[in-house]
Amino acid sequence: MSDNSLNNLPGGFKGMSHDMGSDQTAFKGVQWGKVMMWIFLLSDTFIFSCFLISYMKGRASTVVDWPNTSEVFSLHVGDVPVPLLLIAIMTFVLITSSGTMALAVKYGYEKNRKMCGWLILATAIGGLTFVGMQVFEWSKLIHEGVRPWENPFGAKQFGSFFFMITGFHGTHVSIGVIFLFIYARKVFRGDFDTGKRGFFTTMKSDYVAIEILGLYWHFVDLVWVFIFAFFYLW
Amino acid sequence: MDETQNKEEGTTHKIGIYLWIWGLLFVLSFFSYMVDWFAFQGFLRWTLILIFMFLKAGLIMAFFMHLYWERYALVNVLLWPMTAIVGFIVLMAAEAKYTVFTRLLYFFIGG
Repeated sequence: MSDNSLNNLPGGFKGMSHDMGSDQTAFKGVQWGKVMMWIFLLSDTFIFSCFLISYMKGRASTVVDWPNTSEVFSLHVGDVPVPLLLIAIMTFVLITSSGTMALAVKYGYEKNRKMCGWLILATAIGGLTFVGMQVFEWSKLIHEGVRPWENPFGAKQFGSFFFMITGFHGTHVSIGVIFLFIYARKVFRGDFDTGKRGFFTTMKSDYVAIEILGLYWHFVDLVWVFIFAFFYLW
Repeated sequence: MDETQNKEEGTTHKIGIYLWIWGLLFVLSFFSYMVDWFAFQGFLRWTLILIFMFLKAGLIMAFFMHLYWERYALVNVLLWPMTAIVGFIVLMAAEAKYTVFTRLLYFFIGG
């Protein structure tokens, strides 16, 4: 590939037709694991889209008033109900963790082991905080009588969409947190500097794994952007 | 080997860009929360929600997920399938209109 290094290839759409028609690797300069993660995220996009579209269909076709999310998800500070307070805090926590993850990827590629490890740990703790607040939100709503088949606020479909969508997203966050802790340990141990071979694979560890983990984490944040907009704000 | 080398040059960016995007995401999230805070209603509310949502999603994908720096071969493979989602939304919106029409007709008017 020496005379074919990325900088010498055409860019833009010309580059795309060149890459696709090169009878070689189509995704040049992209490690295969990263392509696989992207394809997985694309399929996950479709799953979340199906949830949100069915929510749209359910909400648009009910003849009963939809619960006012602004009130349902309000928290009392003292005696004053603040609309959507918990959800706003959750959003900021998740964005914060997305930022620390982006920096972890950067420091990983710079082979700055300590910074990378601490930032991944910070990301994991952010994710854990998010899941904790979600547990609080779920138990609060369950206490108030929200069930998948009924709720005291309005249209019955509200509960099933709420538990399904936020539950599926929360599962993604939880899985991400587990992987973040595993990778924080691997980074601190120096696996990615020494090229230690992994538990499930004979291939050498590389900091590109941190970017792949980052892709997953940013995707979780990305999904939350849509859930926040459509489910909580709309 | 050459490819990996190039890749690393391509994915290490100045810290400033990340901090900028991070800050912008905070500001945009704050704005979308303000949409609810000021209780905007109707068309204005939906437009603002969508604008802030797409700006946030775009920033995350372009810079945090590095799509802005990827070659078009990957970017296009990822983005074009999403047009199918738009088609699905249109179909289901039409379906929802029909469902609510039949419900109103049979529940309240009685066919």
